Amino acid sequence: MTTVLVQYGLLLAAALFLVGLAGVLFRRNLLFTLLSLEIMLNAAGLAFVVAASRWQQPDGQVMFLIILAVSAAEAAVGLALILGIHRESGTLDSDELRRLRG
Amino acid sequence: MNSLMWLIPAFPAAGFVVLGTLGRRLSRRACAVVGTGSVALSMTAAAAVAWGYLSPALPRSPTTTALWQWVQTQGFSIGFALHLDSLSLLWVLVVTGVGFLIHLYSTSFMSAYEGYGRYFAYLNLFVASMLLLVLADGLLLLYLGWEGVGLCSFLLIGFWYKEPANSRAALKAFVVTRIGDTALIIGILLLYTRLGSGNIQELLSRASSRLAPGAPLAVAAAALLLAGALGKSAQIPLQTWLPDAMAGPTPVSALIHAATMVTAGVYLIARMNVLFALAPTVRFLVAIIGAATLILAGFSAAAQRDIKRVLAYSTISQIGYMFLALGVGAWPAAAFHFLTHACFKALLFLGAGVIILNLGEEHDIFRMGGLWRRMPLVFGTFLTAALSMAAVPPLTAGFYSKDWILYWVWNSGPYGPVLWLLALLGVVLTSLYTFRLVFIVFLGPERSRPSGRPGSLLAIPLVVLAVPAALAGFLETPRHLGDIRVFSRFIAQTAAVVEPPPSMPGMGVWLILASEAASLLGILLAYGVFRRRLRAGEAAESLPRGAYLRRFWLAGWGFDWLYEQTVVRPYRLLSRAVGAEPLNWLYGGIGGLAVAVHRLLSLIQDGRIRRYAAGVALGAALILALVLVLL
Amino acid sequence: MNGIVWISGAVAVISTLAAVTRRNAVHALLYLIVGMLGVAVVLFAFGAAFAAVLQVVIWAGAILVLFLFVMMMLNPRTEKRAAVRLRDIIGPALLTAVLVAELMVVMTVAPPQPPAAAAVQPEQVGSSLYGRYAVVVELASVLLLVGVAGAFHLGRGREKDEGR
Repeated sequence: MTTVLVQYGLLLAAALFLVGLAGVLFRRNLLFTLLSLEIMLNAAGLAFVVAASRWQQPDGQVMFLIILAVSAAEAAVGLALILGIHRESGTLDSDELRRLRG
Repeated sequence: MNSLMWLIPAFPAAGFVVLGTLGRRLSRRACAVVGTGSVALSMTAAAAVAWGYLSPALPRSPTTTALWQWVQTQGFSIGFALHLDSLSLLWVLVVTGVGFLIHLYSTSFMSAYEGYGRYFAYLNLFVASMLLLVLADGLLLLYLGWEGVGLCSFLLIGFWYKEPANSRAALKAFVVTRIGDTALIIGILLLYTRLGSGNIQELLSRASSRLAPGAPLAVAAAALLLAGALGKSAQIPLQTWLPDAMAGPTPVSALIHAATMVTAGVYLIARMNVLFALAPTVRFLVAIIGAATLILAGFSAAAQRDIKRVLAYSTISQIGYMFLALGVGAWPAAAFHFLTHACFKALLFLGAGVIILNLGEEHDIFRMGGLWRRMPLVFGTFLTAALSMAAVPPLTAGFYSKDWILYWVWNSGPYGPVLWLLALLGVVLTSLYTFRLVFIVFLGPERSRPSGRPGSLLAIPLVVLAVPAALAGFLETPRHLGDIRVFSRFIAQTAAVVEPPPSMPGMGVWLILASEAASLLGILLAYGVFRRRLRAGEAAESLPRGAYLRRFWLAGWGFDWLYEQTVVRPYRLLSRAVGAEPLNWLYGGIGGLAVAVHRLLSLIQDGRIRRYAAGVALGAALILALVLVLL
Repeated sequence: MNGIVWISGAVAVISTLAAVTRRNAVHALLYLIVGMLGVAVVLFAFGAAFAAVLQVVIWAGAILVLFLFVMMMLNPRTEKRAAVRLRDIIGPALLTAVLVAELMVVMTVAPPQPPAAAAVQPEQVGSSLYGRYAVVVELASVLLLVGVAGAFHLGRGREKDEGR
């Protein structure tokens, strides 16, 4: 076991989350958006596990597993959609794909 | 005989009901019979009641006949009862008598037009309402009659409604009198709530016992009642409707707008003279209004071209005399002048009607002339009435009644002589415009040819009215000319007649001479102008000198223009502004606001998912900040 | 032990940053895989061995490889070095800066938590999974099934079966 304080683990999780968020906000390519989303999900899972170790409960790891499953399903469907978009409009630039507007 | 009192208004009311429901199906003769007959029966009943009232065997005290309970609720009950005393009896006799003659005249006059049954129905309703007004023993019942005559006036002025100008005139009459009516009902309710009764006699006795002279309640109530009277009697400032009301048939003008309805105001003030005595400032205002009106209307009458408008302005002027009399407390003199005026004014109108009819609807006096040869009967009766109105002694009723007023006015206190002087000027004006009319219409070269002589149904009323127009004056003559006091004694049964003591003894003769001279002066002036016109050979146009003044007087001193600018225009603007539904802007504004916000917000939905994500991040940042701040 | 946690944590953050900022998609993906491995080490250091294994096998080994496959299918060209306009990034940059600042504040304000006393055993996790959270497991499997079916359908293409 480590003597690292729990809050540094949470700090790591937060930092990773911010990086993922930055990726979502800054990158125009849809693939990168999806990638950054994966990063964010991972960071959330990390936070859960760290908290679980603090409280000495297995619930955090269970949650991690669930997040994993969700992320997998979401990545699969998301990539299928990206394939479809690429087929339809030939571009993956999210600034170009603006037809759903108010 | 008093049990017959209810029949007096009931007969014409029944006539109205019959004619109103069946009028269209009845023949003209039937309508005439029902219409005139009902008034004839009413007149008979009135005569019977009068005979009972005046016969020496029975006590001559005012009587009340209760008919039924009109309103009965908690703390508020109004009876429907008729009150007879000499004042109301006088009005009843005039209304039924003159009314009957005019109905008779109308049977022939109106045969040339459509709507025969409708005409008599309205006329009957008018007579019934007027009788109710004068016989009412309570102020609310009086108001019922008041509104009734107003309604009938509207219906009859606009009788020939297919011509829009007539309907406008009817509407104008109704709206202007409505202003007075509103003040009247407020005054009535004020008296009712403050003094606790609607019954006139009770009201007057409570007022005199509870209120000191000059009490605010008396002043307010008297002022409101005065406003009502001004509207109905066409005095300044509510006089603008009467000249336009001449758009109605001539018998209507004779009955309603000369002899009866316009005197309702006079009746009201005479009836409530106790209240007015308790408010001396208001009463003085009555006198001032009367004096001003008689002068203004006199000038206007002298400038008119339409024969009926001359007579209309002259009515306004003569009622001004009655108001002047009421204003100095001379209500018996006012009542006497009402009696004489009803006779000669109705006669003048009926004569004018015959002329108009026989000249093919001609109203312009400058297209008439020289009619004395072709219509001698009309000329004779018209001349009798004109002499009476101009108050030329000795054989004219108008002279005696007007003289009584002048005498009373002279002796009426510090302002007496001033008012007397104004009234004297009015005498000059009266005879001036009257004889201007007579000379232009009847003398001089003939310009239009009358189509015939009047029939008997038209002629009889003329002759019958000429008699009292000449002789009625002898009911009451001044001390120096016989000192007959029949009328005073008659009217004293209502309330004591207290003539003011002469301020300057011995002036009596001089006053009479002065008024004689004034009326003769007026005739001379009229004749002078007439001769000048004849010599100059001018036909219709007025003399160039003083044309501006003439136009001003022709327009009735500009009152119509004034009201148009100050009241009608702003009202129209206001109704147009409100008609654009400004409140809808509130609701429309809310909708518009929603749409604007929507447009604003839809700018955010531009389809860029990065922007959306940024929005989410922004929200998260804000919430975190909030949490940090609060913790 | 502490040093390893620090190092692998730093590696994870740096490689994730790199992943987000690459222009070549495959490069970014590879960097990300490295980042995931770093996270796995940290997980193990906090006593969650089961989670660490899952991280490596599934996150890095399945999901990101899937990304790789799709990238190869799409064959994205290297993004042109478009001029990065300040106007485009000012908003997100500000936001990120704000969030980082808030993170710093949180770190200084929160009281220090003690480190984990002991590792949570996989047996505990397993019995918890199939005990308390059995329904959740079933739901997760349904979700995965749905994901499979959806991906299959959406990725199939139009020319073969119109409207199927």
